[in-house]
This record gives sequence, C-alpha cells and structure tokens, in this order.
Amino acid sequence: MAEIVIRNLRKEFGAFTAVRSSSFKIEDGEFFMLLGPSGCGKTTTLRMIAGLELPTSGEIYIDGEEVSRKPASQRDIAFVFQMFALYPHMNVRRNISYPLVSQGMSRRQVSEKVAEVARILGIEGILDRPVGGLSGGDRQRVALGRAIVRNPKAFMMDEPLGALDAEFREHMAEELRALHDRMGATTVYVTHDQLEAMQMGDKIVVMNHGVIEQFGTPQDIYSKPATMFIANFIGDPPMNFLRVRGSVEAGATSIRFHQRTMAVPEMREPFDGDMVVGVRPEHIRFSDSAEIRGQVRATEYLGTTQIVTVATENGDVKARIASGIYARTGENVGLEFDPATITLFDNQSGRALRSDLNEGVLSHV
Amino acid sequence: MSEVALRNVSKWFGRTLAVDNVTLSIPDGAFVVLLGPTGAGKTTVLRLISGLERSDAGDILIDGRSVAADTPARRNVAMVFQQYSLYPHLSVRDNLAFPLRSPILRTPEDEIARKIRHIAEVLHIEHKLDNRATELSGGEMQRVSIGRALVREPAIYLMDEPLSSLDAKLRAELRVELKRIQSDLGATVLYVTHDQIEAMTMATHVGVLDQGRLVQFGSPREIYEAPVSLYVAGRLGLPRINTLPAEIFAGAPKGARTIGLRPEHIETGAGRSTKVMRVEHLGDQTRLHLRLDGHDIVTLRNGGREPEPGETIEIHPRNPLYFDASGQRIA
Repeated sequence: MAEIVIRNLRKEFGAFTAVRSSSFKIEDGEFFMLLGPSGCGKTTTLRMIAGLELPTSGEIYIDGEEVSRKPASQRDIAFVFQMFALYPHMNVRRNISYPLVSQGMSRRQVSEKVAEVARILGIEGILDRPVGGLSGGDRQRVALGRAIVRNPKAFMMDEPLGALDAEFREHMAEELRALHDRMGATTVYVTHDQLEAMQMGDKIVVMNHGVIEQFGTPQDIYSKPATMFIANFIGDPPMNFLRVRGSVEAGATSIRFHQRTMAVPEMREPFDGDMVVGVRPEHIRFSDSAEIRGQVRATEYLGTTQIVTVATENGDVKARIASGIYARTGENVGLEFDPATITLFDNQSGRALRSDLNEGVLSHV
Repeated sequence: MSEVALRNVSKWFGRTLAVDNVTLSIPDGAFVVLLGPTGAGKTTVLRLISGLERSDAGDILIDGRSVAADTPARRNVAMVFQQYSLYPHLSVRDNLAFPLRSPILRTPEDEIARKIRHIAEVLHIEHKLDNRATELSGGEMQRVSIGRALVREPAIYLMDEPLSSLDAKLRAELRVELKRIQSDLGATVLYVTHDQIEAMTMATHVGVLDQGRLVQFGSPREIYEAPVSLYVAGRLGLPRINTLPAEIFAGAPKGARTIGLRPEHIETGAGRSTKVMRVEHLGDQTRLHLRLDGHDIVTLRNGGREPEPGETIEIHPRNPLYFDASGQRIA
C-alpha cells in the first residue's frame, strides 16, 4: 500500500530534457495511468519512481518518505516490463517463487505464498508446467505472479499488454483491472493507448514532450480537455476542431463568427483572435434548421452507431449518430452542437479557454 | 470492372483443409470484406483468386470466364499487401508508372502520364509525385502502393490487410480514403482483414470465414443484426456480445441453449437483479460491468442516474438472439 507524490521532477539526458517539471499525486490504491505518445517522457517518469533512473532534480515521496536518491531495491516496488522475461529453464512454480527464495524465505512460507498467488491469478493448474509451452496469456499471468508474490508497496507496469493482439489485449486488460480491484495495490501503468488508459485508469496523467498536459479522471480529461493536444489525442474519432475568428467577453454565453451565433458554456475569460471550437462527435446531431451546414462525405457503420463525415466551410466534421438515422453521401445536412459540451481553444497556444464547463479542472490560470 | 465468382472452391495444405467448399459472388463495383481470425482461410481465398495458389476443387470465374488455368499475370487482378513495397530509389511518379511499363501492358508514355495524373489526384498525392519513395510518411507510402494497384484498372483489387501496419489515427483516415477512392472509381474490391471496424465501416458485403468455410455473407448491418451463429455474432460488436445460458431470463424458446445479448440490448429498471462490479467511463460511452449468477455482463449506460459499484440494478433483455447447443441461431 502506498501513496506516491511527485514534486517538480525533472530528467535530462545530456542536452535533451525528457521530463521537464512534473508534479502529481497518486493516491493509495489507485490504478494510475501515464499516457502519451512515444518520446513524451512517460516511461522515464515511471523508471524514476521505480528507482531505475536518477532524476536530475525534484522529489519522489512514497508514503511520505523522500526516496528519489534511494536504490530501487530499497523502494519495495515491483516492476512488470513490456517484454515479460521468465526463466525459461524453470517451471511456473519456481519462476514465481524465485524472488522469495532469493530473499531467504522459508520453504513452507514460500509454498504458501505461491499457492495464494496462483489462486488469485487462476493458474493453480499449471504450476508444475515448464514456461516454454505456455500461451501468451499464461506467460503474462506468471510474470504478474512473480511481481505480486513479493507483496510490494506498489506496482510499476510499462506497457505490459503492448505485445498482445487486440482481442487478447482487451481480455487481459479486464483481468488486470479485476486483479487490481481484488488486491487494491497502488499501480502505476504506462501506455500510449488512450482507450486502455480510459478503460483501466482511476486517474490519468497525459504527457507530451516531457510536459504534463493534464492530470485527472478519465471522464474529466475526455470531456474537459485542457489543451488541443489532449482533445485530439483522446477519443476515437477525436474531438472536432472548427477554426474561426472572433471574440468573446467574460460572461458571454455565445460566440459570433461568419455572421453566425453559436451557444457555448458561459465564458470565464475574454478572448479575441483565432479560436478553435471543439466538439466531440457524439455531441453533434443532424438538424434541418441548424446554421452550420455541410455535405456528407462518408459514413462508417459501427453497429449501434455510425460515424458520418461532413465537409463544412470550417473543415471536416465527424458526427457519431445512431445507425438508424439515414445519411447518404453527397447529401446536405445541418449540424447542431450540444452547447453545454463545447470547449473553446486559443488556436495559437492550443490551451482551452476557461468556461463554466472546465474551470474546475483546468490547472493553468 | 467486372464480377468475380468462386464456385465450390477447396484448397488443401497437406492434411489441412484451408478453404472448404467456398461459393461466393463478388458483384461488379462491390467492396467485399472477408472477416475472420488468423487461420480462417481469408488470405488463401485471396491468393486463389490472384492465382498465387491453385485450388484443389471448384472453379474461379472472372466476368463469367473460368480463370482457374490462367497464370497470375493473365488474370488481370491487382494485389495490395500489408507491407508496402515501393522501390526506394525511384520517385513516386516512377513507382506508379512501373506496373504500366511492364512488358505485358506496354502502355504508351502519354497514356501513363495521364493515368498517373488521375490517380495522384484521387489519392491526394499530386504534390509528392517527384519525391523519392523514402521521403514519404507511412500513410503516404501505403497510399502510393495502393495507387500502384489502381493505375492498372484490373478486374478486381485484392487487398490483404493493407492498413494493419499503420498507427490507429492513420488507419482511421485511410479507411475513409480507401472507401472514397473505391466508390469514385467504381472499383471492385476484395479485402481481407481481422479488424471488425474495417469490415463494418468499408464493406458493402461482409463474408465471415470460420475454419475455411464461408458461414455468412451479407451487408454489415445484416451480419450485425441477424447473425446465423454464435461464432458470427461474436465477430462484430464492441464491447462484444454477452453470451449466457438461455434460461437465465424467462421467455427462451424451446431448444435454446444460449442467449446472446448485445450490450445496447440490455434494459435496466425491471427484471433480474445484478450487482454492478465496475463502471468504466470511455468518454463517448459508459460501460457497466455486471455480475449475474456467476456470469459477467457488459452493458452501456443509457441516460438516467449512474449506478455506483456494489449497487444492485435490475436488467432484462431487448431483441435477444437465441442459439441452440451447436451454436446455430434459432430465434
């Protein structure tokens, strides 16, 4: 069990700054996701928490104790890597018991612990099998078993499902999350897959170029993105951006552009210049009376819903609507946005303008 | 463009029956997607049509004429593979011209220039024609390799997971592009994938393969809404269809062993009591993980108050699908 606090953490590799100045807090028992594209600094952050990398500056607290200069072995953390390495010449039981045996634990205690872990993971039946012939899922479970058998304060996982195919990944993600719910151990998990992060995480930190772009619950990050990067990185299809020129006053509940008026959440700051109107695909519906119009360019059937791409004078817009609604390529349609969900961005900096919708979650002032 | 038909085609590899008596008709201008897991026989069907494999039984017809005895070159088909293979030392223009300059086609140069202009326009790569192939992004390279198939105007385009090596964002973009290109050109396409999103979004017809057999053929909507078996029902839909013992809810028809419930076909507010295990916020949808008589069920929250984990809610089915002991659909 552990609470982990990161304060002003920075890491430089020569002239390259991998992590700029990170601060966030991982509550005890949380499933915590570090999310971002490759090269954003998420793995470096994880490795610093685990003690595999020394920070250039900043502090790491595990249960109130500052550990940033301590070796990994004194932090009581278990690390699960993407390429889960098992000892090929040992059977499952010996792979799992290895960390305990090397700690000098008694044989009776070891066999009790291994039995308990095997039961949690549902692998009692394969304990005496060699690891060579195991399926990908079972290998993953054995690797996890070896991490949890030590009863560490926290788990660090670096894209543990990255090498699995899509169908199986979904299954293992559910299994991992269920395992976490049973054990309640603090878990820090690195991924570049936004769906995996949304699906499994209690909280998410989204990083880009070594900087934390946003920190919060999956729902807040999805519906109240702090930057255009987040709005585009999270969601499939991502948030639609309509580039417009205009101005808003603090307290305004609508914006004007191209002689049109669009309702938005009440603004908390004024802005004048190049703006971006951000709206999620599922917050758009077809309406004959809508002012924003365009031509249907493509439809993509997805079972219950469909994605309709509409070419408007402000660029392509993707709407997610019920698959029962008729939309034909070439047809002219009106688009109505749900005003309560709209985020406005400063096109230059990419930052979200403060409004009634998002002011509670935006950390920048 | 033309119609392509398979009649009772089978193919053995040693003792494995890779393609089992497949009869399939690809209408002129259709976008047919063969869907199935690894080893279902999708790629083998494609290779049989292209002539890269010879069938052991049955016949393959292009425009009503049997091509079973023809060499690949004489069949007038074009293939696009998963790994784009462009000539790195040639420009985009020369890569596109390459198939047209082949000794079989021997296209005049002014004709080549005209075709390349047209295809480059369709693919939106006009401004990259004089770039080296190595100076392109992954998405552009795959567009050029698709373009190299397109310039030939063959009877049918055979595509083997052409988008699978691209990242998610690019794949989503090229899905729409490929569909647009196909409908602009009126091309006939047979496309192989294990990705259900690609099958649903691009296909005019989906063929579902199971261990070499074609088990259902129809529009994506037909396959999704009226699957013939449990196997087919599990191939489309995310989250996956819930399958439970039929008697778990009242009203199962006689002979039903399994009830199949799509997540969106579970109504709340009345019926059996289930425990909420977990609530997942995916942004565009909220998934509820429920537990009923030891079975896991996934459903989507549809408005109303959001239940807390640990809470009990009542559920009942809407539009259930019923399957018999062999997995065949009975209602």
